[in-house]
Amino acid sequence: MTYDERLQNVSVLGAAGKMGSGILLLTAAEMADRALLPENKGKTFVLNAIDVSDEVLAGLMNYLRVQVRKIAEKKTVWLRKMYADRDDLIENFDIIDEYIFDVMNIVRPVTAMEVAYRSNLVFEAVNENRSLKVKLFSQIKQNNDKDVWFFTNTSSVPIHLIDEEAGLDGKIIGFHFYNPPAVQRLVELIRTDNTKDEVVDFAYAYAKNLRKIIVPSNDFAGFIGNGHFMRDGLHGIKEAEALAKEKNIPLYKAIYMINKITQEYLIRPMGIFQLMDYVGIDVMQFILNVMNPFVKDEDLQNDLLDKMMEQGVKGGQYSSGAQKDGFLKYKGGKPVAVWDIHKQEYVNIDTFKDECDEMLGDLPDSAVAWKSTLRMKNKEEVFSRFFNDLKAMSTMGSQIAINYGKRSKAIGEKLVSDKVAKNSDDVNTVMLAGFFHAYGPINNYFD
Amino acid sequence: MKKLRRKVYMTAGYNTISLGTGRKEFNPKKPRPGIEHYIKEAGQGVLTQIGGAGNVDESVIGNFMAGRFNNQGHLDGFIPMIDKGLAMKPAVRVEGACASGGLSLVTGIRQVLAETSEVVLSLGFEVQNTVKAIYGADILALAGWFKKRKTGHAYFFPGQFSDRAGAYYEKYGYERTRKGMSRWYANAIENARLDPTAQEYHNNISDPYATALKMQPNGKTFVDHLTVLDCSKVSDGASGITICSEEGLKRIGVDKKDAVEVIGFGHAVRDITTDPADLTELETIKFAAHQALENAGITIDQVGTVETHDCFSIAGIMAVEALGLAAKGEGADYVAEGKTGRNGELPFNTTGGLIGWGHPTGGTGVHQAVTIWQQLTGKAGKAQIEISKDRPYGLTINMGGDDVTVTSIVFKRGE
Repeated sequence: MTYDERLQNVSVLGAAGKMGSGILLLTAAEMADRALLPENKGKTFVLNAIDVSDEVLAGLMNYLRVQVRKIAEKKTVWLRKMYADRDDLIENFDIIDEYIFDVMNIVRPVTAMEVAYRSNLVFEAVNENRSLKVKLFSQIKQNNDKDVWFFTNTSSVPIHLIDEEAGLDGKIIGFHFYNPPAVQRLVELIRTDNTKDEVVDFAYAYAKNLRKIIVPSNDFAGFIGNGHFMRDGLHGIKEAEALAKEKNIPLYKAIYMINKITQEYLIRPMGIFQLMDYVGIDVMQFILNVMNPFVKDEDLQNDLLDKMMEQGVKGGQYSSGAQKDGFLKYKGGKPVAVWDIHKQEYVNIDTFKDECDEMLGDLPDSAVAWKSTLRMKNKEEVFSRFFNDLKAMSTMGSQIAINYGKRSKAIGEKLVSDKVAKNSDDVNTVMLAGFFHAYGPINNYFD
Repeated sequence: MKKLRRKVYMTAGYNTISLGTGRKEFNPKKPRPGIEHYIKEAGQGVLTQIGGAGNVDESVIGNFMAGRFNNQGHLDGFIPMIDKGLAMKPAVRVEGACASGGLSLVTGIRQVLAETSEVVLSLGFEVQNTVKAIYGADILALAGWFKKRKTGHAYFFPGQFSDRAGAYYEKYGYERTRKGMSRWYANAIENARLDPTAQEYHNNISDPYATALKMQPNGKTFVDHLTVLDCSKVSDGASGITICSEEGLKRIGVDKKDAVEVIGFGHAVRDITTDPADLTELETIKFAAHQALENAGITIDQVGTVETHDCFSIAGIMAVEALGLAAKGEGADYVAEGKTGRNGELPFNTTGGLIGWGHPTGGTGVHQAVTIWQQLTGKAGKAQIEISKDRPYGLTINMGGDDVTVTSIVFKRGE
């Protein structure tokens, strides 16, 4: 089966979800683009958008129409060439509308999973729930008389377990998009020892057409992205707890300080507590629980996360994309208060900011904001100067920051020595492209 | 063209800001003023300088494509909205693509010459930010022949002038042409920064010339031979001016010194269904500008400042050649040497032109006349250049489509 034949009948499970809708959008556009090629004229492409309710599917179709227009507007020059033989399509208006129609025409929103029995390729983007994934895959596998392949958007469950339990015979690959899939360019590709080469080849070709940055990860719970982030987050919690104890200050003040250090001293897009809120404390706890049984020399269970969950403070995002309150409370997307785990209320940052900032000490003059480094050409030089200045200082903030940088590097190096990642470049690429860090964790800045 | 049979003046010019990307006020996600706002502001801006609407005999309004940008036709009906004093008086809308503003001016001039009016209110406007650029390109493409739209570029007009630039590079050399085009951009920005109504007034990039020179055309993301800095932007804006006779000047109480006299003008149209004979030449501009100079009885070396239609930087360079300031293929060098800069041999587009001030298509021709009026009467503020006695004339060139409709006017300060 050729690449195009494989794509002629595809199903997305969980198509209306946060990840599923993005995967559906990208796949629908890719299929429509293939259908437009001269060699594919007259061939039918079908993409089943499968989810649990008609309501969410109706919402999905609205989302699709808006997003496909945006995609079409960006590639009108190419589309004009593809529709060159259509005398009735003259203006960009006509051509973009036709493309939207063509994409929407491929997508079949449906609540019945049985349609996947006719698919050559199944994309799965349901919850990070091993037994659910296994159940769906084995059912499809048993009823599908094609050589069906499974692409699973799994962020932590080892893929080989799903393969074995669902009886997929290596026709599965982990295809881990980052949120939101339509925007984030990173994809972690996880093959098992059993994954067939042709599945891998197809996955690479597909990811390349979607213009994704591909990083292969070994099939080890959490893979590279969560493998680093989860441990980095736990380290942030430990540092905050240690700081609170050592300085005899309330935990919320320490959380504020560690969050500030990890953002401003480490030049990251957001502090570590804000990032945990962004991912969702519930999601984080869930992934840690998935990973924990598979790691031998460390315990990924965390009391503070459990306590936050008990208190119903979970972070995550509203469907509008706005940030829900978690460790931090947000106003206009910016942290304004920190959760006090004892009193179970938020404490305004303004009331203790000056006192905490004074404890941390000033940043050196060579400090730069993360955003200003995005287009910087001499980044390495700027970072070297700043981190050297930081190392030369004896303030509390600089000390914690340097240790944090060292720990982040150690986490990265362990992913390589544990063979989760092939090399340090792959770890750095994941953190650069998937987490928008300004520099990779495996570096020499903190040595 | 016959000599003008009576004296015609222009005075009391007014420009709204040119709103679009680059202006701090511009936010594509927030509602913006509509056509009513622009027509009213420009119209009233003129009327307050001429003793009110009661002094106006008739009005002309130039606009290209409100029918599609704003779903609005019948634009002369908006004239009495400016001021009740304009009701029950003649008003006409004129359209000649991006030369609609120029047509508004020459129509007003003819009305005064025909002695049917002593005072004419001439306006031009366009409100284009109502659609995204990719759809705006469709609308602007209607300045070309629709039968050619299918085979044209997604960004139709940039595509047309990209072809012209490509032909010019091939014939006369890429490097030297890019230097000229980059200098053209830098001049536009430098001049726009001196005019508070200009779209690039807030532009603060440190070295516009280096930025433009470094940027390379990329056909994969835009067109083959132009960068975005070679193109005028999408603009919302309006301009207005009064066109009147000597008697009209007296009626509105404006001294001749505060007016410019129309010494001569040219107006020519090329067949829209044919391709340009030579892609490296703007033949209609050449024809109409020379017609204007001849009509005025002067030569280009008597002209102290030019407002030319630089919808694309390459069009500016070709206009330099069309005017005979440089031989064919040497216009880029002429510009690169700084001769069209505000301190150069012959300053061009002293408030930024289409690339710097902005290009609200139907308003551009009128805006050019306002700039010339400001410069020749010493009202250009920080953008003021020195007008020497031996070069007292100002010249405008306004082009519609791909060198299809052109108006050109020669002005001199009233005396």
